[in-house]
Amino acid sequence: MSTVALITARGLFGQRRVLILLPLPLLLIGLAAICRAYDVPADQWGAAVIIGLGFAVVLPVVSLIVGTGVLGSEVDDGTLVHILTKPLARRDIILAKYLVAAVASAVTAAVPLFVAGVLADGATFGTALAVAAVVGAFAYSALFVLLSLLTRRPVLLGLVYILVWEGLLGRFLSGTRVLSIEQYVITIADRIAPTTILPTQVGIGTAIVMSAVFVVVCTVVAINRLGSFSLAGETS
Amino acid sequence: MTTQTIAAETDARSTGVVELTNVTRWYGNVVAVNDISMSLGAGVTGLLGPNGAGKTTVLHMMAGFLAPSRGTVTVDGEPTWRNPGVYRDLGLVTEREAVHSFLTAEQFVLACAKMQKLPDPAAAARHALELVEMTGAANRRIGTFSKGMRQRTRVAAALVHNPRVLLLDEPFNGMDPRQRMHMMELLHSLGERGHTILFSSHILEEVEQVAGLVQVIVAGRLAASGDYRKIRRLMTNRPHVFAVRSSDDRRLAVALIGEKSVSGIEIEAGGMTVRAADYGSFTRALPRIALEQGIRLHKLVPSDESLESVFSYLLEA
Repeated sequence: MSTVALITARGLFGQRRVLILLPLPLLLIGLAAICRAYDVPADQWGAAVIIGLGFAVVLPVVSLIVGTGVLGSEVDDGTLVHILTKPLARRDIILAKYLVAAVASAVTAAVPLFVAGVLADGATFGTALAVAAVVGAFAYSALFVLLSLLTRRPVLLGLVYILVWEGLLGRFLSGTRVLSIEQYVITIADRIAPTTILPTQVGIGTAIVMSAVFVVVCTVVAINRLGSFSLAGETS
Repeated sequence: MTTQTIAAETDARSTGVVELTNVTRWYGNVVAVNDISMSLGAGVTGLLGPNGAGKTTVLHMMAGFLAPSRGTVTVDGEPTWRNPGVYRDLGLVTEREAVHSFLTAEQFVLACAKMQKLPDPAAAARHALELVEMTGAANRRIGTFSKGMRQRTRVAAALVHNPRVLLLDEPFNGMDPRQRMHMMELLHSLGERGHTILFSSHILEEVEQVAGLVQVIVAGRLAASGDYRKIRRLMTNRPHVFAVRSSDDRRLAVALIGEKSVSGIEIEAGGMTVRAADYGSFTRALPRIALEQGIRLHKLVPSDESLESVFSYLLEA
């Protein structure tokens, strides 16, 4: 593991703010467990818990907190300068931070989704949800790491993407679904383990290609942006 | 306003490791740095100027953290903007004192040594911490440090790869007198060993104690450049204004007007304003004249001693 990745991981997990990642996954598992305990048919609770909470909230919000945390907080407090004043290719810095964010988000979101999937429809469905969550975590993380370099308010802009673009516009305007990571994730999960729980809105080809486009384009733009990183003088 | 840089003779040691050529930087309609050219060689150079003069902007451009709007900035002939390779030979200590507070000083400096890809990072980190006298607290988390200790840790991190060029933005901020003296000695010894050190400050005395060469920036322009003593002389020989009040202002004014160093006197209700061409001659002559005339001095206040007025004078010279 590179030194940049180690510092990033310590910054992420060595502080109390990591605790804010826990409630949402626990809520997802708790709700799924309650439904299962009361023998509610999966058709009745699956979509609400897995899509409404898991794919629409847990996965993007966890990715948002982690993705903006690995770079945005260092930009805010100025500690990023200690990493940038080293003869390291900007590509290596972005990739190290991106991989830490994507893996941390993937684990945090995939585990509760796997559990919820197992409780809803068995191990195959759980695995499908976990794989889709991993794909989603990589796509969301690329987007949110980039937002940390594009704006001083990456969390706000990330929430606008999750709540307004995916949550609101995605329901009414079919065109917006082509740029919705949530829709790719649902489609990928349904393709791996088809059920009646997950209603797909985009084709599998679109889901896979667009996920890759998000990862590649956002990462390339982030590398370019970091290369032009400027410091604002406090006294100019 | 037309300006002309006061160029004292450049020190013979200057070989131009860091070069700024006609550098201008603007933010929207605001010109932060205006057509500055300078060449820094081995030794310690002070970047002097009042707050808001453009010192930090110049340092950030030298360190590759800001693109010049016009002109070129190079270190060892290499442009610094979008060129991470320059950090093999360049260290930067920013004014902002943020450090990864969850790491110990040793972990932080060691991480910097590893990111510099040094052959023996542990030894380099130890040596850098020794240089700044931080070995005693090396195993403490940086979050528990005082401002001065954090500053020294950051200097150790910037020095860990023994860079040829070290840039420091207001490095003495937050240090107690002993730490300040130690830091001054450190910069001095690094300069003596052939490193190119540039540090910014708005305090004349700090620069005087460390740097032989200074670059004075006022309102984004290079107002003076070269040997500190010559610029200092220029500063002290400028016309000075004093507010004086005595037991008999009129008689004192008559006596003072015959003094060579006095260039003008205005008598007002609460005393008088005296313009002196030479600070030293006037301040020596005044008590002598007052004593000869049997006049008691109640007030003697230099009324234009602020740094801004000194810098403005340099700009107008």
